[in-house]
Amino acid sequence: MTDELISQTPADPQERIGVYVCHCGTNIAGVVDVVDVAQWAVGRLKHRGVVIARDYKFMCSSLGQELIEKDIKELGLTRVVVAACSPHLHEQTFRTACQRAGLNPYLCELVSIREQVSWVHTDRVAATGKAKAVVSGGVERVLHHQPLEPLHVPIHPATLVVGGGIAGIQAALEIADAGYPVYLVEREPSIGGHMAQFDKTFPTLDCAACILTPRMVSVGTHPNVTPLTWSEVTKVDGYVGNFTVTIKKKARYVKTELCTGCGICQEKCPKKVIDDIYEAGLGYRKAVYTPFPQAVPKYPVIDRPNCTYFQKGTCRACEKFCPTGAIDFTQKDETITVPVGNIILATGYDIFDARRVSQYGYGRLANVFTSLEFERLSNAAGPTNGNIFLRDGKTMPKTVGVIHCVGSRDRNFNNYCSVICCMQSLKFAHLVKERTGATVYNFYIDMRTAFKAYDEFYQRVLEEGTLFVRGKVAEVTDAVRLPGEEDKLIIQVEDTLVGKQRRIPVDMVILSVGLEPRRDAKAVAQLFGISCSADGWYIEKHPKLDPVATMTEGIFIAGCNQGPKDIPSSVVQGAAAAARVLGRIQQKEIALEPFRASVDEDKCSGCRICNNLCPFNAITFHEDRMVTEINPALCQGCGTCVAACPAGAISGTGFSNEQVLAQIEGLLMLNLETASEAVPV
Amino acid sequence: MTRYLYYPGCSMESNAKAYHESLLAVCEPLGLDLEEIRDWNCCGATEYVGISLTPAYALIGRNLALAAQQANGARTVLAPCSACYLNLAKADHYMQESPRLNERVNIALAAGGLQYRPGSLQIRHLLDVIIHDIGLEAVKSNVVRPLKGLRVAPYLGCMVPRPDYEKRWSDHEHPNELDRLLKALGAEVIDFPLKTHCCGGHMTHIGPSTAFELIRRLVQAADHYKADMMVTLCPMCQMNIDGFQAEMNRHFHTNYHMPIIFFTQLIGLAFGKDPNVLGFGRELTDARAALSKIGFQVPEVVERAETRAARRSKKEGLPMPPPLQRVPEDEEADK
Repeated sequence: MTDELISQTPADPQERIGVYVCHCGTNIAGVVDVVDVAQWAVGRLKHRGVVIARDYKFMCSSLGQELIEKDIKELGLTRVVVAACSPHLHEQTFRTACQRAGLNPYLCELVSIREQVSWVHTDRVAATGKAKAVVSGGVERVLHHQPLEPLHVPIHPATLVVGGGIAGIQAALEIADAGYPVYLVEREPSIGGHMAQFDKTFPTLDCAACILTPRMVSVGTHPNVTPLTWSEVTKVDGYVGNFTVTIKKKARYVKTELCTGCGICQEKCPKKVIDDIYEAGLGYRKAVYTPFPQAVPKYPVIDRPNCTYFQKGTCRACEKFCPTGAIDFTQKDETITVPVGNIILATGYDIFDARRVSQYGYGRLANVFTSLEFERLSNAAGPTNGNIFLRDGKTMPKTVGVIHCVGSRDRNFNNYCSVICCMQSLKFAHLVKERTGATVYNFYIDMRTAFKAYDEFYQRVLEEGTLFVRGKVAEVTDAVRLPGEEDKLIIQVEDTLVGKQRRIPVDMVILSVGLEPRRDAKAVAQLFGISCSADGWYIEKHPKLDPVATMTEGIFIAGCNQGPKDIPSSVVQGAAAAARVLGRIQQKEIALEPFRASVDEDKCSGCRICNNLCPFNAITFHEDRMVTEINPALCQGCGTCVAACPAGAISGTGFSNEQVLAQIEGLLMLNLETASEAVPV
Repeated sequence: MTRYLYYPGCSMESNAKAYHESLLAVCEPLGLDLEEIRDWNCCGATEYVGISLTPAYALIGRNLALAAQQANGARTVLAPCSACYLNLAKADHYMQESPRLNERVNIALAAGGLQYRPGSLQIRHLLDVIIHDIGLEAVKSNVVRPLKGLRVAPYLGCMVPRPDYEKRWSDHEHPNELDRLLKALGAEVIDFPLKTHCCGGHMTHIGPSTAFELIRRLVQAADHYKADMMVTLCPMCQMNIDGFQAEMNRHFHTNYHMPIIFFTQLIGLAFGKDPNVLGFGRELTDARAALSKIGFQVPEVVERAETRAARRSKKEGLPMPPPLQRVPEDEEADK
């Protein structure tokens, strides 16, 4: 299988280069003539130092790696070029192989002939020609590589978890239980997140509060956890292992050391405010409040813009009645900085704004509810004490329509499936039936009940007699057309199983709205230096194999900020992110890629163009000498400053001008002895 | 006075004369300087585009080319008829999108010594200009006889808010612009659920029973909400609902009486113009009874069903979500 081609007369005695061309099964070999590429490399590039070229079915396999190791030892290779997949995937693999054979790992260059050649071309001859050019570029570049040593930096044992929903709670608990300190930041007055708003959880119908509140208490009282509720991260400095995080603790106007959480202040406060967050706009809270009785921590906050005292200067009812004198109107916002080694973002989601689908009438038609509103309606601690009532607060519905995919799987809004809505809608159907005996219609496009015990729940709801109509609802209206529609909401839908338009009059409509990234997800991503997809979800390092890491070292993501998911998956991700962080902490130090930019002070003119470009704040300017300096521990080697420097004073190890220009010459086949023989690309 | 290139279209000279007369009557107080496009021709109505694309767009393009010729600084073509507005906008849009169509249309135009560069003019509907250029404040400042006590169902039909190439409307299914304008005139505006539903279009000629059903839905809903009249901005909608209402009643053995008039007629009334110059009396479904409600003496408001949009401040029951876009003028008009 292995073709071995040894050049007879190595032209450059100084460097001895091995070229390894991977078939990647048929991924590459199906389009590129890999044997030809290897033969060509050893034949036409031997004057550049190529002493051996091999092709192999799977270069990344242990046998493939052993080939390289053997050649390094036996042929005394000083440079290695591997033509295979993207460096994203296997650069580390081949570097490690070189290292095992005693070669400095940074003397290995991986060039991509899969993503950039075989996967994007169909013409075999042209693709083979391009693969040769890519190999030629790699050979020229590797000649300019230098042996480098990775930087080792210590890892601070503390971790920052942003977001106190179930994913963040899980992550914080795992790390704290392992004995390391955690700062848990939450911008609302209490941790708990969306899960705390729910009544039941599918498919087991566990009471959400019953399973969540013990976790909230554990994390709130854990000796290793510092809960920072009513707080927001405002600034992140540093790098993996050594972040410095600035956190704004908003003024609670309540002295937590005195407050017993008795709730008298909430009782006495005369100002009633619609609770848009916890009650989803369906219920009221006071201006001094904890979102719900089981809140963690138990201390209330005063909502300054709504507080009568802050706005009009009189009232102070809470202060008067507080038995421990815990109210303090003079508190100010406080800013703290904490050092942490790793950060887990578990910032959650927002629900789709159903008013955008104006034909469903949410906001115009009183008895159209969103899924989150219904969660509060069915919750025993909600505004109707768990009674499922219409908007008048007293009438029980006799017929209810649940509309799936509102704002999801719809090119006018979001193309993606929001994952949870089918199961949530089934749960609603069950709860409505159980509590009111009403007739329930579910309007679905496709029923998606993947995962353990989910489809069984669907069967159960079917057996309970919920009616299912397959079709996307066209309109919810109160315009009466037929007898029997008076004072009803009419759901106009094409029943695609019957092949007919139907008008179904109901008393109540529940819109199963999709999940969307937090409205400020982009700003938060920028704050932490990670990236968002076009939809706004945070991008993981690898969608399958590295789902909780990000491209920024030391920043992990968990839960719905990465994409819509249910509670079990959020918990899994919280725990997974914690495991990744714990692994890091256990290593005590981390090796950083030695690719850094450096400034040639003689060439630097002090123009400061680069100063504001660095996304990692690694550049400092020395006023006294009028030169710029780059901190190697902060620099991530992105190359922005290198490209920007008008004097060419900045160069990056690993991507110096010499390396890049040599690679271009190689790509253009200028390195061949007779350039006219260059293979047309 | 802002100058606009005015494309009246054929309806304004025939079945929608009331629209035309009332528009001319309110131009001056609104500050609209309408300069009619000289020698304009048919917009193709709703049929021609379906038959053959290039000749249809060349037909429409001629109007745009003529408008561009006499533009002299003005950039906006104003069309009061929805079909004209949509056709002009469509031609401009597709000529921008398809260089091939643009080339063909311009070859055709060249035969008549004309040319048009798509995108060089803005095509806008009268209501859009009133809301966004003139503004509701200016409208309100002209109101001398608020239409207090008149309960109206705003009806836009299908062609103005959709497909909305320039993203000028608040919503495609339930735009609020006409509601806000009528509120500014002092009328009581119902949240008409069918405001962008089909009037039947030319089905009145092709398949009358289909059209009658569509007309019935609209009239029935307006009647259900106890509207005194429907108010529209589309000559075809007006013609279908007004002219075919009697026939529809015969068809279904119903007895609806729902006048439908143009919004400019109501602007004129609120501005204190003489009803006789506003085209009243041209409608076939008599609007006089409804109008008698708003003589110089504003009659007492009889007790009637609540308008549907529930208010958040209501003490009883569960609160409603606030509207998606808070429109300050809207809230003021509510008071």
